[in-house]
Amino acid sequence: MMEDKPIGERLWAIAIWVLVIFFVINVLATIAAVAVDSFGTRWFNSWLPAGFTTCWYSSAWDEFQLHDVLIVTFEVVGAVVLLAGLLGVPAAYALARRNFPGKQAVILLFLLPMMIPPITFGIPLATVLYQAHLGGNMSGVILANLVPTVPFVVLVMIPFIEQIDPRIEAAARVFGAGTGRLFVHVLVPLLAPGILAALLLVLVRTIAMFELTFFTAGPDSQTLVVTLYYAVGSAGVRSNQSIDAMAVVYMLTTLVWLLIALRFVDPTQIVTRAKREAAH
Amino acid sequence: MSERAVNAAPERMPLRVRLALHDLDAVTLLVLPAVIFVIALFVYPFVYGFVLSFQPKTGDWLTNYRKFFSDPFLYDTIGATFRLAIPATLINVLISVPVALRVRRLERRRVLTTILVVPITLGTVLIAQGLLIYLGPQGWFNRVMAIIGVGQVRLVHNYVGVMLSLIMSGFPFTFLLTLSYLTGIDPSLEQAASTLGAKARARFVHILLPLLAQGLAINLCLSFVQTFSVFPSAVLLGAPAGETRVISIAAYQAAYEQYNYSMASAVAMIMGFCQLAVVVLILAGRNFVYRGAVTGGKG
Repeated sequence: MMEDKPIGERLWAIAIWVLVIFFVINVLATIAAVAVDSFGTRWFNSWLPAGFTTCWYSSAWDEFQLHDVLIVTFEVVGAVVLLAGLLGVPAAYALARRNFPGKQAVILLFLLPMMIPPITFGIPLATVLYQAHLGGNMSGVILANLVPTVPFVVLVMIPFIEQIDPRIEAAARVFGAGTGRLFVHVLVPLLAPGILAALLLVLVRTIAMFELTFFTAGPDSQTLVVTLYYAVGSAGVRSNQSIDAMAVVYMLTTLVWLLIALRFVDPTQIVTRAKREAAH
Repeated sequence: MSERAVNAAPERMPLRVRLALHDLDAVTLLVLPAVIFVIALFVYPFVYGFVLSFQPKTGDWLTNYRKFFSDPFLYDTIGATFRLAIPATLINVLISVPVALRVRRLERRRVLTTILVVPITLGTVLIAQGLLIYLGPQGWFNRVMAIIGVGQVRLVHNYVGVMLSLIMSGFPFTFLLTLSYLTGIDPSLEQAASTLGAKARARFVHILLPLLAQGLAINLCLSFVQTFSVFPSAVLLGAPAGETRVISIAAYQAAYEQYNYSMASAVAMIMGFCQLAVVVLILAGRNFVYRGAVTGGKG
């Protein structure tokens, strides 16, 4: 079957693959350039730095107070993951199991914060948070990051819950379990893989969420990605290598969680879950 | 659940039962905390920002909008943003279709999708820093160009730099979305066309494209609103005072440099309106191009 394809079709296929390979090489080279520079002593007019050192990591650690920044980042991310799970999973359960009037409106309400880019709603949101004296500190950053992540958990969890046989819940109810005990003893254990996948994706998204954190963070509530943005913006003042050392620390914190998340979900699901929902 | 027979006279039943027949019971209430949260922190700020944009510090209710559309430093940002967003969206979505058509037949497409999900995950700030080095005057890209004989190409701190970063972080997204729509199309439809003698081009035009139209329209909408709200890369990789002064920079400066939240809200509303207008245009255009079944054969 492969042999009798016309020459034009085969050239077209080759062109597509060349394009894909070119794109992938550029992505990998962009990331590698950051990593190589962070280990380089002096890199000027050559393919690779003159020598290799790890000193930029210790200087970045002190210069950007990475210890504090990492603690803030993990506190924010931990709170966002926990609260998004607590708010999102019960809501997803109600939407998966009940067909109440206005359900479509509720689903639309959850779709909008995911489809509208954070820059558009970030400034009005930050204004409201500052008015409520929640801006410029960690609670504001956590609340702002929950706006896209709570709907994300809801929309990711609905198909997982729909897969569970409702008779299992009915059996638990017959034996006298209330909604609370149903959740703790039946649903959470059954849904564990789905919840884990949803929360890991929330975790990765929150570490990388720049705009909302940027708009709401004060000097002592900046996460790693916002610190990185300020450092890249002040490239003339800071040495490029220590900025890259911080960028590598950022990449490692993000990619470790991504690799764990990819054990549970297919990469296409990261972009498509909610969008599929939108197509209906 | 909802197919319970409701024949008994409803007015004699207690309220609780009547509500339960409409699937409104204690379980339904579980949706409330999340709904209240989204209304309080998403819907309310939008309404608040909309009202605030008509309450300028000085002047009548339209002052902010009049100021925006009379000052070229402000209204030019709309053009600058469209000049970046439209080509980037078209490039990303149009290239994603032939690439996804090839990749869906690949056995090990998981390796490729995993590589492509990395730039999405890392985000625009890191991509910007990487491109500053990689595309910079001393970077690997310009070294290769020098070897080929093209010579020094200026790719950062201008329009090209922002465009390349929009493609690098945007293409994987549109590609994965197109791929998921394509793999959702029932392969037997294409096999049937093939059996009836349709060549690859005819199969694409008459079978896949109509089934893909809905997905492509959504893909265009999503990637347009993403690129229209470009911010970090326009600052870091572009010329934020010149050709890549996009509308989000104007909104940011109003809010965080002039502390004029009323003006900042007005700019945010104008940005939202531009995005909405293009989304409506795309969806209307889709209906114009293709009318018919919209569920790509996935049941």
